[in-house]
Amino acid sequence: MSLLEIKDLSVFYEDFQALYDISLTVEEGEIFACIGANGAGKSTLLRTIAGVLSARRGHILFDGKPIDHLPPYKRVELGISSVPEGRRVFPSLTVHENLLMGAYRKRKGPWTADAIYELFPLLVPLRKRQASGLSGGEQQALAIGRALMANPRLILMDEVSLGLAPVVIKRIYEAFPTMLANGCTILVVEQDVQHVLTVANHVACFLEGRISLQGVPCELTVDQITAAYFGV
Amino acid sequence: MDWINAIIQGILLGGLYALFAVGLSLVFGTMRLTNLAHGDLTVLPAYIALILVGSANRFNPLYSIPIVMVIMFIVGYLLQRGLLNFVVGRGDIQGVIVTFALSIIIMNGLQEGFTANSQGLDAGKIENLSITISDRLAIGWLPLIIFLMAVVVVAALQLFMGKTKMGRAFRAVSDDQEAARLMGVNTRHIWGVAMGVALLIVSIGGVMMGIRTTFNPMLGSDRLIFAFESVIIGGMGSSWGTLLGGVVLGVAQLLGARAFGPAWQLLVGHVVFVLVLALRPQGFLPKTVTA
Amino acid sequence: MSAVSSAPKATVASRRFTVWVASRTNLMILAFGVLVLLVLIVFPLFGPTNWTRRLIDFFSYLALAQLWNLMLGYAGLISVGQQGFIGIGAYTLWLFSDIIGIHPLISVVFAAAAGVIIAFPAAALVFRLKGGYLAIGTWVIAEIMRLIVANIKRTGGGSGITIQATSRLAQTLGDAAWYSRVYWWGLAAALIAIAVVYLLLRSRTGLGLQAMRDNDLAAESCGVNLWRAKLYTYVIAGGGCALVGAVQAMYSLRVHPGSAFSVNWTAYLIFISVIGGIGTIEGPIIGAIIFYVLRETTSKYGTWYFIALGLIAIIVTVWSPAGIYGWVLKKTKFYLFPLQRRLRLLTEGSESRRTSRAETPEGAVQA
Repeated sequence: MSLLEIKDLSVFYEDFQALYDISLTVEEGEIFACIGANGAGKSTLLRTIAGVLSARRGHILFDGKPIDHLPPYKRVELGISSVPEGRRVFPSLTVHENLLMGAYRKRKGPWTADAIYELFPLLVPLRKRQASGLSGGEQQALAIGRALMANPRLILMDEVSLGLAPVVIKRIYEAFPTMLANGCTILVVEQDVQHVLTVANHVACFLEGRISLQGVPCELTVDQITAAYFGV
Repeated sequence: MDWINAIIQGILLGGLYALFAVGLSLVFGTMRLTNLAHGDLTVLPAYIALILVGSANRFNPLYSIPIVMVIMFIVGYLLQRGLLNFVVGRGDIQGVIVTFALSIIIMNGLQEGFTANSQGLDAGKIENLSITISDRLAIGWLPLIIFLMAVVVVAALQLFMGKTKMGRAFRAVSDDQEAARLMGVNTRHIWGVAMGVALLIVSIGGVMMGIRTTFNPMLGSDRLIFAFESVIIGGMGSSWGTLLGGVVLGVAQLLGARAFGPAWQLLVGHVVFVLVLALRPQGFLPKTVTA
Repeated sequence: MSAVSSAPKATVASRRFTVWVASRTNLMILAFGVLVLLVLIVFPLFGPTNWTRRLIDFFSYLALAQLWNLMLGYAGLISVGQQGFIGIGAYTLWLFSDIIGIHPLISVVFAAAAGVIIAFPAAALVFRLKGGYLAIGTWVIAEIMRLIVANIKRTGGGSGITIQATSRLAQTLGDAAWYSRVYWWGLAAALIAIAVVYLLLRSRTGLGLQAMRDNDLAAESCGVNLWRAKLYTYVIAGGGCALVGAVQAMYSLRVHPGSAFSVNWTAYLIFISVIGGIGTIEGPIIGAIIFYVLRETTSKYGTWYFIALGLIAIIVTVWSPAGIYGWVLKKTKFYLFPLQRRLRLLTEGSESRRTSRAETPEGAVQA
């Protein structure tokens, strides 16, 4: 049984349709990448999975059970955690307090604050600093750490490399294997395809609210991906 | 000496205003809701105490305070989850309209249930007990207790916000509601708790004032204004600032009454508020958070 | 059929378009409206005096609601303190009539001016606040005005005072004649309020205000001077409410701080605007009618009347925030006072017309 199943999902913002009958499956223990241009609907998908948006049609199944009517906090309890677009760390809380917030509804698991500091040593000297004073890369590490504190089974990452220097992006991707080893499945959304395709087990390309291409990265050519990304 | 007396009484009065103000700013801080019914919700607990006292024989209203606190917490929680949660986040306008309408309903409801006449709560000797400092200066026990309660509440609130899991959740929700939800916070419940706590706090002041002086259904409007002025004078975002703001307002009011006569008490307070708003709009102790 | 389009045909990238401003149905309503207006103007000459008096009240509430709506629906300024300006208008009328000795019907102008003048410093203070706190700030300003007036012995203090000039006129002219004159000022207030709101919002500043309502930052980046637009709105509302206050003073022949500065005024106009529909001109008209009917039938129940008003306002706000007229709009898309401009695309060379995205209201005028 797959960890996450999306069936014919359609999501609207008032009258505007952002997602058209999306279907995809994420298996436990893999890295699933959603790529696509700005506004293609990738973030909408993540937010719908997390529960802050409702789908008008279709279903989301987690561990085989439908979660469509569950509020976000119940989904965190089930094991779905988010690293939101724009990081959205809590600006007035310190780094450590942000991590504690991640554990607000924590499940049993290996991730503790100490484990996060081990994963991202750059956060250690910043423990008592207000999150608003962090750089982009530091905030991103914090946001990921915060999501891990809940000991999720599925972590939803929205545009983790946006606005970050390549060396920082590399460091973040280096954390992925540790996350997987500790029981996390990763669903990552990216505009920058270069990095993510080197680590992803599966990829779905979004174009104007629909999936234009799905498959295993090593089996897809650059031309195929480009065509699916830009819709030419 | 009379001036010193006025200042001391003003400081003690400021404690009361701070109790009311802290509730108002807690709700605003957590959910950006300006509760125009706040003043009336400080009058309601006095009436609840009245019912409790009336139902039992020789029941000192002071003992009713913990019960009223619990009742007001429940009232706040239900009010928030039953009604106000629907207008949070829908823009300031709806919040103002709904809470204003609520204010009208409470005021008229109380009038309908208890008449517009002034009522009082009789707590016996303590109402007149005072500490004599000199032959011309005495501090009433009741006002002193109210002030001390205000200090305790502000300290407790700071501790709660800073050190507890729920306090952290309050701050997180205040920072970024959606992100908090993504972390597993049930924001509707948190908002309910916030309103509950706010009303629990103000009920202390509301009942004590009912003991200290008389009360009637119309007091709410002025109390809302005093709470608001205390918050602005003290600086938004800071509980100690709100206490300071209350004290400044209380002192201004009573000095004004001393200087120009009781009819000028309110006006002098308003004038000081206007001056602070004009010259130092961020208040005396604003908390700056860089987002 | 003459065009009601306000812009000449233009060409944008091979697509011709014109700006549609009103429909044929609007023109018919306009004609009917002029008729209604004429009837209203001559009404006091043949109608019963108690109806004349009722209409004075009605026009007062209508004017207040329009102005409140102007501030709120288009500038995002929430005021629960307009009673301050109403009181200022009332007391200025007394001041000029009784103390300075100018005829009351002319003093009205000074009353409105007083509202305008006082609105400036009030705005300077109140604009330092935002949202709900701004609302309470306006209430504080109103309270300050009330306390100042009530503390000056000459005004009669807390018990109020009769406006001798008006009572004398009411006696010498007789009720019917006196109230007719008050009525005409009341009607003028309502018409001015509606006209100002309508003209202001159809102007460039108006488009800016409407933009501002939706997004401060976006509006500013388009060059709309937010602060000035908000200020003008607040000042106009101040003057208009003072005008209504003067009318009310002439109506009751006395001024009293408790009633002139009563927060009930705000309660009434909030109710009217909410029920009718915030952000439209038609909304307050419907709201005022409903409010007045309710008042005439149930206000004798005192507190229950207010509780009912409050409950209705809450229910409408939570479940149908656009009010009754908002509901009508959703069904019919019909504006009595059209404030929108719609882009209509003309297909090349042909006679047919297509609107760019949304609906075409029936009977749209050919441009």
